[in-house]
Amino acid sequence: MSQRLMRKKKIIQFAGFFLLRVCVYLVLAVLLLFLYDVGKKGGGAVTWEFLSQAPRRGMTEGGILPAIFGTFLVTVVTAVLAIPLGMFAAIYLNEYARQTRMTRIIRLSIRNLSGVPSIVYGLFGVILFVNTLKFGTSILSAGLTLGLLTLPWTITASEEALKTIPNSYREGALALGATKWQSIRTNVLPYALPGMLTGTVLGLARAAGETAPIMFTGAAFYLPYLPKSLKDQFMALPYHLYIMATQHHDIAKVRPLAYGTALVLIAFVLGMNMTAVIIRYRLRRKRRT
Amino acid sequence: MPNGKPKIETKNLSFYYGHTQALKNLNIVCPEKKVTAIIGPSGCGKSTFIRTLNRMNDVVPNTRLSGEITLDGQSIVSAKVDVVELRRRVGMVFQKPNPFPKSIFDNIAYGLRINGHTERRKLAETVERSLRHAALWDEVKDRLEENAFTLSGGQQQRLCIARALAVEPEVILFDEPCSAIDPIATAKIEDLIHKLKQDYTVVIVTHNMQQAARVSDLTAFMMLGELIEFDVTEKIFTNPANKLTEDYITGRFG
Repeated sequence: MSQRLMRKKKIIQFAGFFLLRVCVYLVLAVLLLFLYDVGKKGGGAVTWEFLSQAPRRGMTEGGILPAIFGTFLVTVVTAVLAIPLGMFAAIYLNEYARQTRMTRIIRLSIRNLSGVPSIVYGLFGVILFVNTLKFGTSILSAGLTLGLLTLPWTITASEEALKTIPNSYREGALALGATKWQSIRTNVLPYALPGMLTGTVLGLARAAGETAPIMFTGAAFYLPYLPKSLKDQFMALPYHLYIMATQHHDIAKVRPLAYGTALVLIAFVLGMNMTAVIIRYRLRRKRRT
Repeated sequence: MPNGKPKIETKNLSFYYGHTQALKNLNIVCPEKKVTAIIGPSGCGKSTFIRTLNRMNDVVPNTRLSGEITLDGQSIVSAKVDVVELRRRVGMVFQKPNPFPKSIFDNIAYGLRINGHTERRKLAETVERSLRHAALWDEVKDRLEENAFTLSGGQQQRLCIARALAVEPEVILFDEPCSAIDPIATAKIEDLIHKLKQDYTVVIVTHNMQQAARVSDLTAFMMLGELIEFDVTEKIFTNPANKLTEDYITGRFG
């Protein structure tokens, strides 16, 4: 009897692990297939000229430099808004705010905001930044809109990072006569920072790939030159890709360019994610010695 | 009752977590440069009591304190009291060793740095003196720049004691300092506590009765938030006045 039971337990464990493994391989396979497809169809289009020149002849020739540059600038604006605001909000929520009904509602709202469709952020950005604050359709408006979109992610990720710091670090500092802020600054933030930055950069990477929020707030259909100030319109990789894939008058002809754009966008986002991983690795290693 | 100038005194001290009363009308006097032990079964309020003495319970939400606690005759419970200054005068060593993930040197220097001392020579002097005082210097003098996590559990706890000593407090609170370390390390820390009372007033919470008997001058026995008996340690362990105390120290419960 007990032998049969043992056998049964082992079979169940084997089947369970097998299933889990299949799931991982499935996800991996889809991702690799996708990358292979984009790489094969767009790889040929990505040349030095493609990366370093503006589009020509109704975007049927030339490159995507304005779109790369635009996406880069918008991401910088997004980061300037979302990184400090998100981190400070998380510090306040996790370290200072008392756990009342009010803070619970605030937290719930933040979680809910991260589920709001990005097009809604786009419309909100038009009303607030473009019209009310009169920033016009510009890099500034688009960047701030993406910043709002990123904030819930930044706050949540930063708060999670703060939660991983043991309370004994805080109490130990307080017991030595540190003020609350001293204990947070010297004994909590340094250890939470890698996690906070990782979460934040992942949020930024997600924002960089968004189309809907920038469509009405600043992204231009076609600009043969680079923007000169934050009040200018700009081209962006995701929006450019959207146009090349669905709105262009000769879709079949520009298809390779669309795939090339997709490849560059993926590389851009992947690059940001890698940066997050490297930052975390560096900071962690520095702390350990 | 025992001689000596009272350093810490509580009068009708009560403490509440929400609606639950954790401490009930405690009257305890900790004399200067003596070791006062608080014993009692788990959940009797020992730790809550010791954490009121440096207002560490302030960080626990939804709590309330009534009654009076004085340090050198001055109240420390009113809202006007500077808790930062209080905690510098009343140091604390926690149940679980809690070194910071910094170097051994930086751990000890932490309290000085947050109080504005940055002069390297003074820091180095204080670090050495504190480590010697905590009987850890010889073991770590060649590795001050190593991370404190590389120390053993007992060494970590002595590091935490040295860290508390570095800011030159007047009182040191020990909250079950040996519950997470082995017997040999425990013996070292008990020796240390013995020496510390030459210069400091010590309050120690322990659930180890032998430890209370070994290190303390006075012992308070608590149960369910109440003070059952408080007297000279020798009297508590040889001739307790209360039946509950006797039952507890003879191991009939707890």
